[in-house]
Amino acid sequence: MKSAVRGLRGLALILGMAAALLAAPGSALADAADDILARFATDRFADTEKAIADLAGSGLPSASAILEALAANKLLFDPQERKIYIGAEGAPLIDAKTGAKADAADAAAMKRVRTNNAVRTALQAAQGALGLTSPDPVKRRSAAEAVYKARDPAQRAGVEAALAAEKDPQIRDIFSQARAAMIALDAQAPDAQKLEAIDVIRARASRDTISLLSAVANANKDRVKAAAEEASAALQARQALWSHVQNIWYGLSLGSVLLLAAIGLAITFGVMGVINMAHGEMVMIGAYTTFVTQEWIRTHNPALLDYSLLFAVPLAFLVTGAVGVAVERSIIRFLYGRPLETLLATFGLSLILQQAVRTIFGANNREVSAPAFMSGSFEWGGLAITSGRMWIIVFALLVFTALQLLLRATPFGLRMRAVTQNRRMASAMGIDTNRVDALAFGLGSGIAGVAGVALSQIDNVSPNLGQSYIIDSFMVVVFGGVGNLWGTLVAGLTLGVANKFLEPFAGAVLGKIALLVFIILFIQKRPRGLFALKGRSVEA
Amino acid sequence: MTGMSMAITRRNMLRATSALVGGALTLGSFGALAQGAGTIKVGILHSLSGTMAISETTLKDVMLMLIEEQNKKGGVLGRKLEAVVVDPASNWPLFAEKARELISKEKVDAVFGCWTSVSRKSVLPVFEELNSILFYPVQYEGEESQRNIFYTGAAPNQQAIPAVDYLMSKEGGSVKRWVLAGTDYVYPRTTNKILEAYLKAKGVAPADIMINYTPFGHSDWQTIVADIKKFGSAGKKTAVVSTINGDANVPFYKELGNAGLKATDIPVVAFSVGEEELAGIDTKPLVGHLAAWNYFQSSDDKANKDFIAKWKAFTKNPKRVTNDPMEAHVIGFNMWIKAIEKAGTTAPDAVIDAMVGVSVPNLSGGLSTMMPNHHITKPVLIGEIQADGQFNTVWQTSGTVVAEEWSPHLEGSRDLISDWRKPMSCGNFNVKTGKCGGKGA
Repeated sequence: MKSAVRGLRGLALILGMAAALLAAPGSALADAADDILARFATDRFADTEKAIADLAGSGLPSASAILEALAANKLLFDPQERKIYIGAEGAPLIDAKTGAKADAADAAAMKRVRTNNAVRTALQAAQGALGLTSPDPVKRRSAAEAVYKARDPAQRAGVEAALAAEKDPQIRDIFSQARAAMIALDAQAPDAQKLEAIDVIRARASRDTISLLSAVANANKDRVKAAAEEASAALQARQALWSHVQNIWYGLSLGSVLLLAAIGLAITFGVMGVINMAHGEMVMIGAYTTFVTQEWIRTHNPALLDYSLLFAVPLAFLVTGAVGVAVERSIIRFLYGRPLETLLATFGLSLILQQAVRTIFGANNREVSAPAFMSGSFEWGGLAITSGRMWIIVFALLVFTALQLLLRATPFGLRMRAVTQNRRMASAMGIDTNRVDALAFGLGSGIAGVAGVALSQIDNVSPNLGQSYIIDSFMVVVFGGVGNLWGTLVAGLTLGVANKFLEPFAGAVLGKIALLVFIILFIQKRPRGLFALKGRSVEA
Repeated sequence: MTGMSMAITRRNMLRATSALVGGALTLGSFGALAQGAGTIKVGILHSLSGTMAISETTLKDVMLMLIEEQNKKGGVLGRKLEAVVVDPASNWPLFAEKARELISKEKVDAVFGCWTSVSRKSVLPVFEELNSILFYPVQYEGEESQRNIFYTGAAPNQQAIPAVDYLMSKEGGSVKRWVLAGTDYVYPRTTNKILEAYLKAKGVAPADIMINYTPFGHSDWQTIVADIKKFGSAGKKTAVVSTINGDANVPFYKELGNAGLKATDIPVVAFSVGEEELAGIDTKPLVGHLAAWNYFQSSDDKANKDFIAKWKAFTKNPKRVTNDPMEAHVIGFNMWIKAIEKAGTTAPDAVIDAMVGVSVPNLSGGLSTMMPNHHITKPVLIGEIQADGQFNTVWQTSGTVVAEEWSPHLEGSRDLISDWRKPMSCGNFNVKTGKCGGKGA
């Protein structure tokens, strides 16, 4: 390893030796190809990087297969013979050059060709260059993006040929942008061409365009520099406008997380008046239920892995709901009307639950993978949207709607509201208030568990998961007005957006402090929060 | 005491602890007898509950394994070793209390423990007052050297500075623009101060450095990742130096992956992310992001392969990973054993004097030596994250690096050196004034 790193000094020597070894008689092309391939077998990043570029230009039929294997970490080399092979787990070795099966090769002696960032960058550029003429438009498109990113002037001829042959207008655009990027950065190109190129580039309005234009401005002088700077400034101004929209989006996303975390508490604390410090642990149990569900699906039915969250939602609701009912029956019900004792008891309970999970699952984070539809991001206008966050917003609103329907349109919701408004009257009307209490607490906990499913996508699945949300949840419920679900919705989203507008100015630390101070002042002015319940129920 | 060691081999924590408590009581009543010919007691001061349990529990396990191994070899000085585990529960003042309990009540001969700097600072006066020994295994911000403490983790020049050097080199991508992102507490603040001074000395313009702090456990990284993207679009190669700590890393990396910020565009080099932290993340979108440590599990060294095999067998979990602070404990423990053998006693003063100059193999295929400043020499490795959650070493120093406990890049510590050998015996000797004493303790 050490030699691989110290490398460059010994490189020339080894290369010379390799060349001497390979200088056996044969066709010139084969010689050159062997020479290139042998460089993959030196275990030096600089050699591999150079070999990639040479291989892409060599015209060797197996070049693209070799690069693909390297990208997938499947390229092996034999340090003795300096030959390379493609080998996947459990599959027979393949001679990389010929593509034939290599049964004679000794698999145990093989080492993997290692990659680093520089190698991967070269690899992307080379794969781009090789994919330019691919018959598959999807491959051509990604190849076009790759050469645009690489901006390697050596590829200009290839890009121009591909541009001339391209029929798809969208891919054509990317090709001409890639060509423009190469011209703009080419020291030899005349100014007139460069100015034209800058106009082509600025049509592609995204973050990486600004980066490219700044690079162009740095590399050029006078007119071209001014044009590049002007184009970059125009794009930046546009970005600045969009950044407000972006901030609102970030705010809604943060707000939806706050809403999810708080909405269960809005039932247990807001409606039932129980100060439940173990609320965060219900979220955590929900996240662990997701983990267990996913693991079970992974081992028993991997085909369903992408839908594991869909199974996890009802399971998390049932598991945490059951825990909630058990907690209410065994602890909370003895403490109604004694807020201080409830606070202490539930705080103790939260520590017990945390340590229990730590004992069962270990203290380490657990990995919950994101399904395909929740990974990655896309741009919409000047707005960068990550899919996971978008689905969490949708999910939060769905949970909110479902809860509203449950409370407003079902007999259970009616009884629950009756009990909260006037317990004795409800009891006199024949409602089993004990049962309603238990179910309502179970409902609040279950909703917290469902929130845990969503939070497992963006946060640690660790025993501490709940702790980080408990303060925020209370903040949202108190700010929104105790006993009002709409208040929780508005408060969650408002705090999210306010936080995201404060953060760029004040930084994450001060922003959070400012928000807390604001809420304290607000509560002084309106002790009942944004949406205060009016009428007799408040006094009850 | 056989009952106790059996309990530990079974690794049934509850039983082990209760046996320990029982054992401690027995020993307490026969105090004098136990001291002389009995076992050598090793205190383990790592949080087993609370926020830090995620990192520290593993270190407790590795200590139990090392002690068991040593006992199989017959202990040291003909006496068996005995572990005394306490749980300071991620509570900084409790660290001091538990340290006092270990030294005064349990009469341990050395303590292995602490993770965060604040917990170390909390126990430091206790070790000084009761004259005992602490082995501290975690990379930290430096600016400290204390007689009773042996620092087996990296000082900033053994981790942060080489990482920046690597990124500045052609191989590392010739980075010109820097984001220093950290959690808001002492380690990132000091490290970033050192790095900022270092970068400026290397000719980086202040406009090319962005410093950002976030609270502990920060989970909404959207704005910051967008800011990094924006900062990186100035046409110069940009990198992020991350001193983000603990739990905040997982959402940070998840956001990076989702936002499509690839290592080939803006690499992130982290000083607090190791194999353990990566175990909770899908690392496929993170391939190529970097970490700087003094040890990676992927090291080809034979001693490392043996260690990993033993560790997996000890924890009965083929998926358990190893990490840098674990290696630090391995080195620290072996050094301590050697020093005891050299001194012929476990008495703290003799062992402290014997420690300096002790060399033991590290797990990256070299020797680490305890220097007079109570820090050890270490190789520095830069690794890239791979799809399987392991690191691929892409660069490493040609030999080991001596720790600069007092950074030459900071105003207050430039003139300070530390040498605990006699006759100097000083942790903060000012070479300008020729006097012992100055900043720090």
